[in-house]
Amino acid sequence: MDSTEKNKTLVELGTNGKTNGQTMKSDRLDVMKTYKIYIDGKFPRTESGRYYPLNDSDGKIIANICLSSRKDFREAVVAARKAQSGWASKSAYNRGQILYRIAEMLEGRREQFIHELKEQGSTSAQAEKEINLSIDRMLYYAGWCDKFQQVFSAVNPVESSHFNFSVPESMGVISILSAENTGLLGLITAIAPAIAGGNTLVILASTSKPLSAVTLGEVLNSSDVPGGVVNILTGQRSELLSHFSTHMDVNAVVYFGANGDEIIKLKESASLNVKRVSIYKDDEMYEDKTQNPYRIMDLQEIKTTWHPIGQ
Amino acid sequence: MRTDYTYAESQAIDQVGVEERISRFGKRSIKKESKMSALMLAMSMLDLTTLEAKDTPGKVMQLCTKAMYPHSAIPGIPSVAAVCVYPNLVRVAKEALKNSKVKVAAVATAFPSGMSSRKVKIEETKWAVGEGADEIDMVISRGHFLAGEYNFVFDEIAAVKAACGNAHLKVILETGELSTLDNVRKASDIAMHAGADFIKTSTGKIQPAATLPVTLVMLEAIRDYYYTTGKKIGMKPAGGIATSKLAIQYLVVLRETLGEDWLTPDLFRFGASALANDILMQVLKQQTGVYQSIDYFSKD
Amino acid sequence: MKKTKKENKLNFDSKWTYDPAPESVDHIRLKDSYGLFINGEFSEPASGKYFPTINPATEKKIADVADANEKDVNRAVSSARNAYDKYWKKMPAKERGKYIYRIARIMQERARELAVIESLDGGKPIRESRDIDVPLAAAHFFYYAGWADKIDYAIPGAKSHSLGVAGQIIPWNFPLLMAAWKIAPALAAGNTVVLKPAETTPLTALKLAEIINDAGLPPGVVNIITGAGSTGAALVNHPDIDKIAFTGSTEVGKIIQKSIAGSNKKYTLELGGKAANIIFEDAAIDQAVEGIVNGIFFNQGHVCCAGSRLFVQESVAKKVIRKLKDRMETLIIGDPLDKNTDIGAINSKMQLDKIKQYIKIGINEGGECFQTSCAIPSKGYWHRPTLFTNVSQSSRIVQEEIFGPVLSVQTFRTVEEVIEKANNIPYGLSGGVWTDKGSKIFKMTTALKAGVVWANTYNKFDPTSPFGGYKESGVGREGGLHGLMPYLHVEN
Repeated sequence: MDSTEKNKTLVELGTNGKTNGQTMKSDRLDVMKTYKIYIDGKFPRTESGRYYPLNDSDGKIIANICLSSRKDFREAVVAARKAQSGWASKSAYNRGQILYRIAEMLEGRREQFIHELKEQGSTSAQAEKEINLSIDRMLYYAGWCDKFQQVFSAVNPVESSHFNFSVPESMGVISILSAENTGLLGLITAIAPAIAGGNTLVILASTSKPLSAVTLGEVLNSSDVPGGVVNILTGQRSELLSHFSTHMDVNAVVYFGANGDEIIKLKESASLNVKRVSIYKDDEMYEDKTQNPYRIMDLQEIKTTWHPIGQ
Repeated sequence: MRTDYTYAESQAIDQVGVEERISRFGKRSIKKESKMSALMLAMSMLDLTTLEAKDTPGKVMQLCTKAMYPHSAIPGIPSVAAVCVYPNLVRVAKEALKNSKVKVAAVATAFPSGMSSRKVKIEETKWAVGEGADEIDMVISRGHFLAGEYNFVFDEIAAVKAACGNAHLKVILETGELSTLDNVRKASDIAMHAGADFIKTSTGKIQPAATLPVTLVMLEAIRDYYYTTGKKIGMKPAGGIATSKLAIQYLVVLRETLGEDWLTPDLFRFGASALANDILMQVLKQQTGVYQSIDYFSKD
Repeated sequence: MKKTKKENKLNFDSKWTYDPAPESVDHIRLKDSYGLFINGEFSEPASGKYFPTINPATEKKIADVADANEKDVNRAVSSARNAYDKYWKKMPAKERGKYIYRIARIMQERARELAVIESLDGGKPIRESRDIDVPLAAAHFFYYAGWADKIDYAIPGAKSHSLGVAGQIIPWNFPLLMAAWKIAPALAAGNTVVLKPAETTPLTALKLAEIINDAGLPPGVVNIITGAGSTGAALVNHPDIDKIAFTGSTEVGKIIQKSIAGSNKKYTLELGGKAANIIFEDAAIDQAVEGIVNGIFFNQGHVCCAGSRLFVQESVAKKVIRKLKDRMETLIIGDPLDKNTDIGAINSKMQLDKIKQYIKIGINEGGECFQTSCAIPSKGYWHRPTLFTNVSQSSRIVQEEIFGPVLSVQTFRTVEEVIEKANNIPYGLSGGVWTDKGSKIFKMTTALKAGVVWANTYNKFDPTSPFGGYKESGVGREGGLHGLMPYLHVEN
């Protein structure tokens, strides 16, 4: 089955035969955007073949969104693990440039993001505000890439004849459950500090506002971010949460939200391999305090090195 | 004489690690009987030394008496291993010691600097042996060593060894001038491969003289040489070992690095002069329980 | 000259042996039984139950200590909460610091007594408790005391405040030192404490309680309660605890992480390890051998960061193993109170049985087992230094933490190979690298997934130096600047 046919089948399945939700404004038929997931620098559909329809406020379908499976997650973790050491060993300066490039590309796609945010229910002003802060936040962390190490490192004055220093190092592979209530800003808030610190990640986008996620994948793919560093899935949090928190090759799990039951379940299963857990509120996205280097440090390990001083 | 040894083979040494090891040895607590045996052993390992330009036959004869009979009041005290003098006093010492097992060691090879020609060094060695020296304490050419001319150093030792005939050769590295423990190790290896029977730290004329870290590095070189060749080379720390407490620490390092086989004057010597009386005082203190005064011990 | 084929063996049979040099115990004052230290005084446990703590070198009882149950834990926690609200939180930071300085000073004054008790109760050589455990513990208090009024400088660009009551659970391998690691930063950051020492080694913590009283700390700022696992569980699960600090096994660490999932308790976990100690052919071999010995036989191998997996480059493997065996032969096992003892008693019968079990497993898996020939006392729990060769990455003794004087040896050929093998384990606490080449050191120390990497040294500790693991070896750091963070809430 070629992709068009598959898409058509999915549309038919997903909408019970309803026609596509796009309104025709001219004689010309729009080319519709296909929303896929982003794994290992590629844009596959979910291996499960499942999707869920995203409707606008009138109940009209905007797009069919991949309903990612645990297998998609598994593949994404493999990609993230493969990319991790390479990403971590890039120079901090280089990582900073790449994050800056992401900001540039976001700026370039500003209209598209605004359009998608509005489609998902934002007013023009809200959408403007969200894209602006998203760009600025990415820029903020771009600047931290080659600085947080200095702020949070230490040369430790040990008593014995040794040179001893402690530096932050990336934790490894991070799984992130992104904020449900913001489409784009939530993703940026989660992704930027993780990758600024040399981690690679798999992030599950907001179920109700997934459009920016896919577009962000395209941005990342064209901004020198190596494949596998950021992997973006769409789907149901309830379905994937346990896998995000149990996977034994994931070093840390980050959760945005305030669902008590989810948080307990996540923390409990994180203990399987002593995963680091960060829980952030999702209702502070626009506040200044939401961006700070401690978010980078939450995903860093401190490594201490000793060496004799002698001859 | 060159063997399959190459200079690059010498083991790297980490100074801080060596010092840590020494500080751990320093925590061994030697009490009671084990202290007494250590003191007796140390006495038997002494190379009682006088190396001054003002030395005379009279001085050397007194020293030889002390060497044979360290203290009349202490039963069981052994004589020392050797008396160490300049070549021109070898004959005097030999004569004074003729009825004892105490050996005569002579420093040679333009001691202490070694700044002379190989020809002179060989002649001096031969002459000292001819005078009756049982052992020759030579110095290496530190300048050549530090200039990287290892073959020169090697060949010189080999040539002196040949000149020794049956006399035992102790090779003084003068570690106080070698600057690093890496150099100490390399010089030790060169000396042993070139034919040294003993390797020795110092002339006593340069500070620092013997130290525990340097001694450990040299003992480890001896161990590695033994591992590969089966030959047991002797060790002589010299200079700066004035107290029995320190001497016992050297013995602890020796015992735990090379084992029991080296706990003999045939394979370990102390080059010292003041140590003898301190050992005697300690022995007497152990026997009587009373702390001693130097006024009751002969200063020879 | 031809190299001899026959192995030239060093002889460490003792013609000259060291006579016993026992540390005096005359000045040690211990009571027959110890209650729970709550709200500044020792009190009876609610149940009235006590359990014995024994000397593992003689199997004789030293004292009885109280067994705290849930009621006692409640009492301790509310005492800590009360002290937090009433005194500690309100106190000017510099005054808080002075109290901590006092603790350090009194510990230094009573250092010898603490060292002797540590060796009596836990079996570790007096040389180690005297020269390492006790001075380091005092140094920890001294170091963190100075932080009390300088916290703002530790948290750049953000405000922070104390957490409240910290519940702290410590292991039996470094009883007093671990108590210091836990209590000192907690107090400096402005928290109050309920500490539970391990059931086999409670005495120095109880002595520390006396010291804390002598230092005049307000009652309840530090509470020390004794008991076994159930006491610890009650502490972990107590709803009025704000922070858990645990040092112990990965197994228990996971249980703790899981059991506090429903709370907002912060936690630091310092768990197990199985560190790779890596010897390259260009290393200073003799010092590396010392590092291997210090890495695995220090404190009978009861060290979470022990270098229990030795990796030796093939070209020097024979040489290193031979030197290692000769060096092991000089290790003296025996009376922990003897100043010449290198290896003391195994901490408990349970631990000894576990180690012996692993020896069996190692042999059954085809490992070649070498043990030294030194004499061991007839009474007490002892284990000879042991080395396994002919093991592989999949061997259980290579994968699992034994927590005893048992070393496994593997060889490698290349840097890439050894990095892969070293990291191929769920633990990530520590590692060792031995090479004379600077650039290789940094390649290795960067590549090792471990919180502490010792290059050309091993098992070094300092109050200023952060300690803690990657992966299943734990969460968070203790010691140094980074050790403050887990006791603070950063407002961001």
